[in-house]
Amino acid sequence: MSTPRDERKPVTDEPVSLRVIGTRPPLYGAVDKVLGRAVFGADVSLPELLHGKVLRSPHAHARILSVDTRRAEGYPGVHAVVTARDLPEGAGEQSERDNTLAGDKVLYVGHPIAAIAAESPHIAEEALALIDVQYEVLPPVLDVRRAMQADAPLLHETLRTWSLAGQAASSSNVAEHLQHVKGDPERGFAEADVIVERSFTTTMVHQGYIEPHASTALWHPDGSLTVWTCTQGAFPVREHLSSLLDLPMARIRVVPTEIGGGFGGKASSYVDVVAALLARKAGRPVKVVMGRDEVLKATGPTPGTFIRVRMGARRDGRIVAAEAELCYEAGAYPGSSVGSGADTIFACYDIPNARVDGYDVVVNKPKTSSYRAPGATPAVFAVEQVVDELAERLCIDSLDFRLLNCAREGTRRVSGQPYPRVGFVEVLQAAKAHPHYSEPLGGPNRGRGIAFGYWGNWAGQSCCTISVNADGTVSLLTGSVDVSGALTGIAMQAAEELGLELRQVQARVADTASIGYTDVSAGSRTTFGTGLAAIEAARDVIAQMRARAARLWGVPVETVSYDRVAFTTSVDPTQRLSFRELAAQLSATGGPVMGRGNLDGDVLRRGGAPGLHIADVELDPETGKVTVLRYTAVQDVGRAVHPGNVEGQIKGGVAQGIGWALYEGCFYGEDGQLLNATLLDNKLPTAMDIPAVEPVIVEVPDPVHPYGVRGAGETPIVPVAGAIANALYRITGRRMERLPMTPAYVLERMGVI
Amino acid sequence: MDGKVRVQATINGQPVEFLCEPRQSLLECLRDILDLTGTKEGCSDGNCGACSVLLNGRLVNSCLVLGVEIDGGEVTTVEGLAGPDGLHPLQQAFIDHAALQCGYCTPGMLLAAKALLDRDPDPSEERIRQWLAGNLCRCTGYDRIVRAVQDAARRMRRDADVHAEG
Amino acid sequence: MKPFQYRAPTLLGEALSLLASAGQRARALAGGTDLLVQMRRGLINADLIVDVKKVFELNRLDFDPSDGLTIGAAVPLCRICESPEVAQHYPGLVDALSIIGSVAVRSRATVGGNLCNAAPSADSIPALIVHGAVCTVASREGTRQVPVARFCTGPGQTVLGPGELLVSVRVPPPRPRSGARYLRFTPRYEMDIAVVGVAAWLELSEGLTTIANARIALGAVAPTPLLAVEAGASLVGRTPSAAAFAEAAALAQSIGAPISDVRGTAAQRRHLVGILTRRALEGALQRARGAEPDGRQG
Repeated sequence: MSTPRDERKPVTDEPVSLRVIGTRPPLYGAVDKVLGRAVFGADVSLPELLHGKVLRSPHAHARILSVDTRRAEGYPGVHAVVTARDLPEGAGEQSERDNTLAGDKVLYVGHPIAAIAAESPHIAEEALALIDVQYEVLPPVLDVRRAMQADAPLLHETLRTWSLAGQAASSSNVAEHLQHVKGDPERGFAEADVIVERSFTTTMVHQGYIEPHASTALWHPDGSLTVWTCTQGAFPVREHLSSLLDLPMARIRVVPTEIGGGFGGKASSYVDVVAALLARKAGRPVKVVMGRDEVLKATGPTPGTFIRVRMGARRDGRIVAAEAELCYEAGAYPGSSVGSGADTIFACYDIPNARVDGYDVVVNKPKTSSYRAPGATPAVFAVEQVVDELAERLCIDSLDFRLLNCAREGTRRVSGQPYPRVGFVEVLQAAKAHPHYSEPLGGPNRGRGIAFGYWGNWAGQSCCTISVNADGTVSLLTGSVDVSGALTGIAMQAAEELGLELRQVQARVADTASIGYTDVSAGSRTTFGTGLAAIEAARDVIAQMRARAARLWGVPVETVSYDRVAFTTSVDPTQRLSFRELAAQLSATGGPVMGRGNLDGDVLRRGGAPGLHIADVELDPETGKVTVLRYTAVQDVGRAVHPGNVEGQIKGGVAQGIGWALYEGCFYGEDGQLLNATLLDNKLPTAMDIPAVEPVIVEVPDPVHPYGVRGAGETPIVPVAGAIANALYRITGRRMERLPMTPAYVLERMGVI
Repeated sequence: MDGKVRVQATINGQPVEFLCEPRQSLLECLRDILDLTGTKEGCSDGNCGACSVLLNGRLVNSCLVLGVEIDGGEVTTVEGLAGPDGLHPLQQAFIDHAALQCGYCTPGMLLAAKALLDRDPDPSEERIRQWLAGNLCRCTGYDRIVRAVQDAARRMRRDADVHAEG
Repeated sequence: MKPFQYRAPTLLGEALSLLASAGQRARALAGGTDLLVQMRRGLINADLIVDVKKVFELNRLDFDPSDGLTIGAAVPLCRICESPEVAQHYPGLVDALSIIGSVAVRSRATVGGNLCNAAPSADSIPALIVHGAVCTVASREGTRQVPVARFCTGPGQTVLGPGELLVSVRVPPPRPRSGARYLRFTPRYEMDIAVVGVAAWLELSEGLTTIANARIALGAVAPTPLLAVEAGASLVGRTPSAAAFAEAAALAQSIGAPISDVRGTAAQRRHLVGILTRRALEGALQRARGAEPDGRQG
């Protein structure tokens, strides 16, 4: 990195007056979007375009005996049919190959088997019915605890459990057993005056982005490939294509389109390879657009879980011991979010003795993908009810109990790392001071609950370039896909550094041929990590421009400085050039200036963002229907680069959390069929179901970022289900041990039915 | 049997004539035949509202209308909202209130809001929420969309008053 | 979706001939909000789609104080809900018709379609049943009348034979001192499908002190919407009271065969029938007394 790390000082100490950061400009692309001109995945069109459709497994678990595509190939209007046989032999990871187009086995209903490119989507769909697949149907295993049993049907005969002890000798559906231990849990529990233990189950939930996945592939005569796709990360898609197609990365250009929501689900690639295979075989560009049922059956739900939590506290209110067992459904292939679930479950608290066991378990459901703070929501739903119960048993106000036990700077997490500066205490204090915490509920059958959640920030790797134009404007390119305004937040940081107005910075998302490797827009990293890269690029621009000023003035470069208003030199106080004036002279002083920032954020010791939520709910005790009346979300965001956008993230995250808490889930029959593969029965909340959420921004700067920015986008979903469950407890006297908390479940818990 | 049918309609104020298969939905006709890709597909079964357009002044899911059914009719899509003087007040209010994030539900949401304001220039918050309930948004939590519609309604009433006085 | 032919006749006779000509391979299209979805999913395959929206008889919406209300089978729900006469005389019907789908769905969806789709959870059907509504069915051979209560024969199944078309539904004129209410339970407030739906209709005696007549109908607890005969009969001659309503609710709970599915459990449905029957009766009573019940749906 060109910027020494020690230059990144927290803003609290220096009263720099910020001109761009902290303002609320309109987001890039907003005008295109309200005009209907923004180009999303399915909006891509090319001459000679063909349309692809995917044949998917009707069985949850079966051996494929044969696939006969001959009739489909002969159907009028069909140009190509592909199966797993069309993937280059030996290319890529076996599980990635198999999840793209099934090889020997299908492992979930909706597992892709073959695909067809035809003149129209209708013709492709008709031809799908002509592909003859013979199956040997096998018994499926759909529940995480059943899958862990020794006699459960095995998804992968070769899968053996990895644990601290190495790899097990025999096959299992458990891909990994991870464990964190801190202190001496047994001794801690012996010290406790009150111990609470409960078990919780949560069902798989879909991210529910409104835009289905869509990908368009075009092969060029030189054998190179361009793919337009709606993704959270063009580079990971390029890498996926490169690996499965056995094609050098440089010969693939992935162009990320606008993305109609992702929330983690578009960090995975589903139809890009299929589109590329079809296009190669057909010799024409092919677009594959998924239907809603395909999205719900075959893409990214977040794991269903079984979580057991046991916690002990002393009479003085200190939590002294905790243990948790987290069993997460990975779906058909290993790789659930149990790791971050285990990392998050006790993250808000300073607990001297603790043990966490996590299990990554395959089941006959789609391979899970990230969903906004992956793994954390179920874990926090569980732990926050146990914490609430401990406080109640100890007769301590539940916010005070959290204040008494919350993590602080230096607290070592159960999963290892000590915390840098994080605003746990500040968030709790802000919540306590907020009127919502103390105002009356205003009616019968109402309850108020709180929950405390945390999500760590990943920094990842990012690239950004800034080119200075002769008129003093700059063009900024980044590899980060613009999820919900992140691009604006990135450009605002560059504008701040450069001393420019935001309208003088035109930022765009670059394709993979135009910028260096950049990780997915996920993990609360984009505004932070790519923001850092933008700052670095801006500082590189300033450094180069200082050199140009030095050359113009004939003074040593060390004497030239830029105070975000003008370039000056300590040698000659009469010399002064604004950014725009100097930009006009670049051509004559050595040519164009382009700054670059290429960040490896993984070396940074990063904090995360804690959030305390307060929920008021009303229960119809006769029907079990729960209505969220009032909702306040207090969160440490470090520094709100674009406060409006941060508030938008909080409101949106809470809305998704309410959906997860009360309505949503992927419900499977015993045969593994998804019973609610529509948005009628997979019940995303509507405008009638979500109150006006009040975001409360707390700013405790992250010391590793020059402006103190923390990632803010994921934490808002984490505490929601826990807060609503705790509110329901106040009304019903019953702990909610299942998600979603449907009306039927609430009535069951109340003993009404 | 699968012959194409000629359809004549007025789309965004312009007379349009096109050929489509009877099985093609209005949504497909708009997007694939007429290149009006502002209207989005989210579910194709009427449960998300992303494809909302106005048909003869009524809000419809264009996925649940056949292209052939609009023969002789009038359709308004998101592309037809802005006038020669610039953005429609709803479009401007959506930007001003940050009522969009990913923007995918926005075209349908704008049309749903327009259909409401065409009937009720001063709707209550409850009524706005009911009208927009058929349009799912996964990013915003709806709150700002409701505020934007309220604000646009205010602006449109004010403009109407000005015109009435003038 | 498989390819098909599309015709949009303007005359009833033409529509009936077209339907008769293609037999089982023809389908009538009104709003399309169910039909097109089912065709897209391959659940219905048709060679001929007969769009009946231009046929006069299917587009009527007429109210006459002595004849009652005639709803053409292709009249979109929005038109019915916006009619001041329907709102004035049949608010219990508006309860049901104004919550089907979304605003956009109600721009297209029709009572005729809701009946012909014959979903056990169809919102309009219990409400039409308690109003004593009767269907007019036509074919090239003539017309016949079928009470709404007997129109559906199973999920997606109706009394319509090949070549028959539902033309209209007639709702008898409102009786003095009567009132109806339809309530359904859904997890979400809008855009949802009934876990259970209950319609109640009450007619009071002249002094408003006793119940002269009562009908209760249930949705989503059996293969078809059900008229709860005994539950209704139990109220006749009684003073409207919590006890009387509780007894009727218990009788309503005793019929049907609710199932457990992704939308709800059998026990939940049985329980909700009791709750919603009582609430619907309370709402119907208020309307019979000339008041308007308050509260959101469900």
